[in-house]
Amino acid sequence: MSGAFAISQSDKRPMYFQIMDQIKQRIAVRDWAEGQPIPSIRQLAADLQVSVITVKRAYLELEREGVIVTHQGKGSHVASTPGLAVRLREQELRQHLEQATRLALQLGIEPRQLEERLREAGDRIAEKETI
Amino acid sequence: MNHPAIDMSGVGKTYRFFSLENIELKLPRGEIMGLIGPNGAGKSTTIRILLGLVHQDHGDVRVLGHPMPAGQVAAKWDIGFASEDMRLYESQTLGWHMQWMQSIYRNWDSGYAQRLLKRFGLRAEQRLKGISHGQRVKSTLLLVLARKPKLLVLDEPTTGLDPVARHEILRELTDVMRDEGRSVLFSSHNTQDVEQISDRITFIDRGRIIDSMDKELFLDRWRRLRLEAPFGVTLPALPGVIGVRQEGRMAIATTNAFNPGLPHAYEQTGARVQRIENMTLEEIFVANVERSREEVEV
Repeated sequence: MSGAFAISQSDKRPMYFQIMDQIKQRIAVRDWAEGQPIPSIRQLAADLQVSVITVKRAYLELEREGVIVTHQGKGSHVASTPGLAVRLREQELRQHLEQATRLALQLGIEPRQLEERLREAGDRIAEKETI
Repeated sequence: MNHPAIDMSGVGKTYRFFSLENIELKLPRGEIMGLIGPNGAGKSTTIRILLGLVHQDHGDVRVLGHPMPAGQVAAKWDIGFASEDMRLYESQTLGWHMQWMQSIYRNWDSGYAQRLLKRFGLRAEQRLKGISHGQRVKSTLLLVLARKPKLLVLDEPTTGLDPVARHEILRELTDVMRDEGRSVLFSSHNTQDVEQISDRITFIDRGRIIDSMDKELFLDRWRRLRLEAPFGVTLPALPGVIGVRQEGRMAIATTNAFNPGLPHAYEQTGARVQRIENMTLEEIFVANVERSREEVEV
C-alpha cells in the first residue's frame, strides 16, 4: 500500500513535508478514496524507513488541514469530505499561481501583463498538443 | 512497566585525560535515539555506563527500570548490545553462534533469525575467520536482533559499511519500531542515518551533552535566513539568532529558535527576506558544536 512512497535526500523540503505531499497526491489522483483507511503511523514509518516521529508530524499536519482523520486506537483514514480530491488539486494550482505571481512581481511585471502571459502559455500548450 | 527505556541523570565519570560531566539522557519506550558526536566525545563511555560495563562516579542510571550498575544482571536479558569490538569465536560458524544464543536466550526467534540470514545475505555454515567487515557487522547484529530485546544499544552500527549494507541495517532498525514497546539507542557520526531514522537526537561533545531534543523540533528551530540588507546597513543578530554573516548587502542569519515572527522582525530593520532555508542535521550539528565550544572558551 505504501510501496510507491519515496523520501528524497536531495529534496530540500523536510521529510514530513514530503510525506504529506505524497499522501495528498494519492488522494488527489483518487488512489486513496475519501473515507478509506490509511497505514498506521508505525507501519508507514517502517515501510519508508523513517522515524515514527516524522510520520506522526505529517499525520498531525494533515489532520489540521482536514485531509485525514485519526481516531485514538482505531488508526487513520482519509477524511470523508465530499470533493476532497478536487480541493487538493485546487490547492496545488493556487500554490503554483502564487509562486508565479511572486516571481512576476520581482521582475516588475504588472498583474495585467501576467494575465496576458498566462494566455500565451495556454496557447503554447494548445499548440504542442495539436502537433 | 512504564519505565522509560533509558533514564540517566547527573551522571559523571572522571578519567585522567577525559571526563563525562552531568549527563542527562532520557529515552521513552517505543522511540529511536541517535547519539551524535565527534570522535572521543564520550559516546562509547556513555553507552558503557548505561550497560553497567563502566561504573559512573556519581549520578543515577536506570535502564528499563533497573538501577545500573546494581541491576545489571537482571537488565541484560532485555538489552541487546552490539559494537565493533564485540568478540565472536573466529573458528566457529555463524550457525554455531546462533545455536549458542538460542540456548541462552528464551526470546530467541529462530524464524526471524533465518529471515535475517537471508536478508543480510549471510551463510550460517561460514566460519567467522576471514569474513568481510560488512558481514561481521551484520552477523553481530543478527545475533542481537533475533533475541528481540526490549532495548537495542548499538555503538556505531553503520560505520565503515557500504551503502547497500547500511540500508539493510537501517531497514531492520526501523522495522523493530513496528513494536511500540521496543526502543533503540544508536551512536553514529553519520548524521544522514541519524536524521532519517531517529525520533530523538542527542549531540555530545567533549564529555558534555550539548543538546537533546525531539528531531522534528530540532529541524524546525534551526533555520537559515537569506537577507538583503539596506544599502550601508549591517544587520544585527536579533533575539534567537546565533550568528549573522554579511558581505556587502547579502547576509545569512542562522537561528536555533526560529519562529514566524523572526523574518518579520528583520523586515522591520529594513532588510528583505529572500529565503528561509531548512538546515540538514549535519549543518545543525556542526553549528551546535562550534557554538558550544565558543561558550566554553568564553
